[in-house]
Amino acid sequence: MRLRPIGAGGAPSLGGRTLAELEPGQHAVVLGYSDQVEPVTARRLFDLGIVPGIEVTMVRRAPLRDPVIFQVGDCEIALRAAQSRHITVEAVR
Amino acid sequence: MGHPHHGGGAATDHGGGGAAAADLGLTRFAVIGSPNSGKTTLFNALTGLHAKTGNYPGVTVARFEGRMRIGDRETVVVEDLPGTYSLDPISPDEQIVVDVLDTDHHNVRVDVPDALLVLLNATTLRRSLGLLAQVQQTGLPICVVLTFTDDLARRNGQLDVAAFSRALGVPVVPVVAGHRDGLEVLREEMAGYRSWSAPVVPPPTDPAEVTGWAESVLTSGGYRLPELDRRNSRIDSVVLNPVLGTAIFLLTMFLFFQTIFTVAAPLQGYVEAGFAWLGDLVAAHIHIPWLSAFLSQAVVGGIGGVLVFLPQIVLLFVLIAILEGTGYLARAAFLMDRVMARAGLEGRAFVALLSSLACAIPGIMATRSLPSARDRLATMMAAPLMTCAARLPVYILLVSILLPAQARMGPFSARGVVMFALYLLGAVSAMLVAAVFKKFTSRSGPQLPFYMEMPPYQVPRLKTIAAEVWTAASAFLRKVTSIILAATVVLWVLLNLPLRSDAELSAAGVDTGDETAVAAYVIDHSYAASVGKAVEPVFAPLGFDWRINIGILSSLAAREVFVATLGQVAAAENPEEPAQALTEMRVQDGPNAGRPLFDAPTIAALLVFFMYALQCMSTVGVMRRESGSWKWPAIAFSYMFVLAWVLALAARTVVGALV
Repeated sequence: MRLRPIGAGGAPSLGGRTLAELEPGQHAVVLGYSDQVEPVTARRLFDLGIVPGIEVTMVRRAPLRDPVIFQVGDCEIALRAAQSRHITVEAVR
Repeated sequence: MGHPHHGGGAATDHGGGGAAAADLGLTRFAVIGSPNSGKTTLFNALTGLHAKTGNYPGVTVARFEGRMRIGDRETVVVEDLPGTYSLDPISPDEQIVVDVLDTDHHNVRVDVPDALLVLLNATTLRRSLGLLAQVQQTGLPICVVLTFTDDLARRNGQLDVAAFSRALGVPVVPVVAGHRDGLEVLREEMAGYRSWSAPVVPPPTDPAEVTGWAESVLTSGGYRLPELDRRNSRIDSVVLNPVLGTAIFLLTMFLFFQTIFTVAAPLQGYVEAGFAWLGDLVAAHIHIPWLSAFLSQAVVGGIGGVLVFLPQIVLLFVLIAILEGTGYLARAAFLMDRVMARAGLEGRAFVALLSSLACAIPGIMATRSLPSARDRLATMMAAPLMTCAARLPVYILLVSILLPAQARMGPFSARGVVMFALYLLGAVSAMLVAAVFKKFTSRSGPQLPFYMEMPPYQVPRLKTIAAEVWTAASAFLRKVTSIILAATVVLWVLLNLPLRSDAELSAAGVDTGDETAVAAYVIDHSYAASVGKAVEPVFAPLGFDWRINIGILSSLAAREVFVATLGQVAAAENPEEPAQALTEMRVQDGPNAGRPLFDAPTIAALLVFFMYALQCMSTVGVMRRESGSWKWPAIAFSYMFVLAWVLALAARTVVGALV
């Protein structure tokens, strides 16, 4: 099964923020993945539940600043900036 | 494990026909779930300690299979598949799951199961449903096992299991770890797997549609998302705190080693005493001198010399199982990810390296969870440098000669501190080597994503710990009774042949009435001594004499044999107190003749040599299997030998200058 990049074509919103820019405690809603993302990465992010429309909370950084734990729906997932900067989000409030 | 596979026709027949074609005619159930869905706990609960471990044919993904009884006396096979997030594999582990579920049977290496138990973690249902949707495409009978429902309730989540089951169209059985009643229901359900319901139309798997489907199923099931686990975040805010977290991590690692040494010591005393008693018993009841010596020294002494370390090895695995069971191991991987990134690796490589603390073989096998082939290779090359349990006996013996038990460094036992330093040095070296290999391997290929799920903190399950420790301990016991026993027997023969006549002994000026003197003469002039002396030019700069050389050569079979070998040599010199004999061993010839053989510089050189040298043929074999060629094991063996020799010389020189 191949994954169509979600939101491909309809590029992420103007000056779209990415997951990597969130500060601890901030919430955001996932919009999609950036165009440069590898298909394997996109597929795995999807499997992990990081899908458009889901609310994500930045929980905490590792002591050495990377990776970062995000609360995604109902579980906590650690991502490196290398991945989270490919996930476009819209800040909640 | 040569399971005959289903024929093409049987693969679509999930009734008795399919089962009849399977191994021994038993029905096969496969357990599928994402990591952290409680898969291993359920598997252990179903099959108890009767699980067989092995590998999938052709690959080294560990295979766990066990038997259980369902219904009235029907025995079935349960297979625990590797954890996976989806059926779009990005690692060899995940590929196995796809192969097993391939009902068209393009892949003939594995059996297609007759029915599936799909585990869904009730607290992460939304995400887990994607995997279920994909699995339902196989058309195999499916029963959903809902885990962590206690957690869901505790965190004020909700799910109407009956409605959820109706929405999915498949049976759903909630099972809470540690409670028997859920398991009984599951057992009964499994007995009737032929009549499990299935949805008329399987759910969609297209990413765009599956989210909507999952949402509708959850709504029908009256699912209320559990609240954030406050307990979890409170623990994390301490354990992952930049300052406190780092301190806790280092302290955990340090206490790990202190525990292994202080708690195991009295237990080791009992094992030692037991074997000494057994040896005396043999010596007292067998009156043929050579047979009595062979049985008491080679067999009882050889096995006993290595079994002494069983308490420590068991303890090591208990601690690793506890760390894993509590959820701390994942935190440790998270804390270490940035450090691992320095070596070009990722947090999960840390788990592979930590497993290598038990043995490089499971460590190398754990690299299969790394999606990137380059990461795998680099980790594989580095894993044997981690201090494995087999080095432990060697280190303990050498460190105990080096330092008295009462010696202290601050509040800690000096022996414990040195051991900790050895482990640390091994780990640092492994990282450096991984970084070098990562640099040298090509930069091509797609960048695979890094992601890691943080499991909730839990009280570890006794049964899971017991199962893991039992697997490890029984593997060690098998090794002791096969390879190590064989090696010690061969060594005993080499150390005691050729036989000397009394005339010959008298001619050499040995008092034939003095048994110890005779034994010492025989060993000094044995075949083994010739071999040990032949390689002396290689090891002489490190301060090793022929006796140590035989130990090193014999340790190629298994590192622990080094201890048994030195034990045999020492027992010949002082049968009453072999441990004492080691410390009193003198250099026999050369400029240093008469000085203690095991002085500080030589012990330092030996410790360093064992830290770096790839003295383990099993590891070489696994590397060959995992990397698919002899090239990488050959590279590993050579680079490690050179490193070992050079650094041992350096250690000897430095320690020699200090003492």
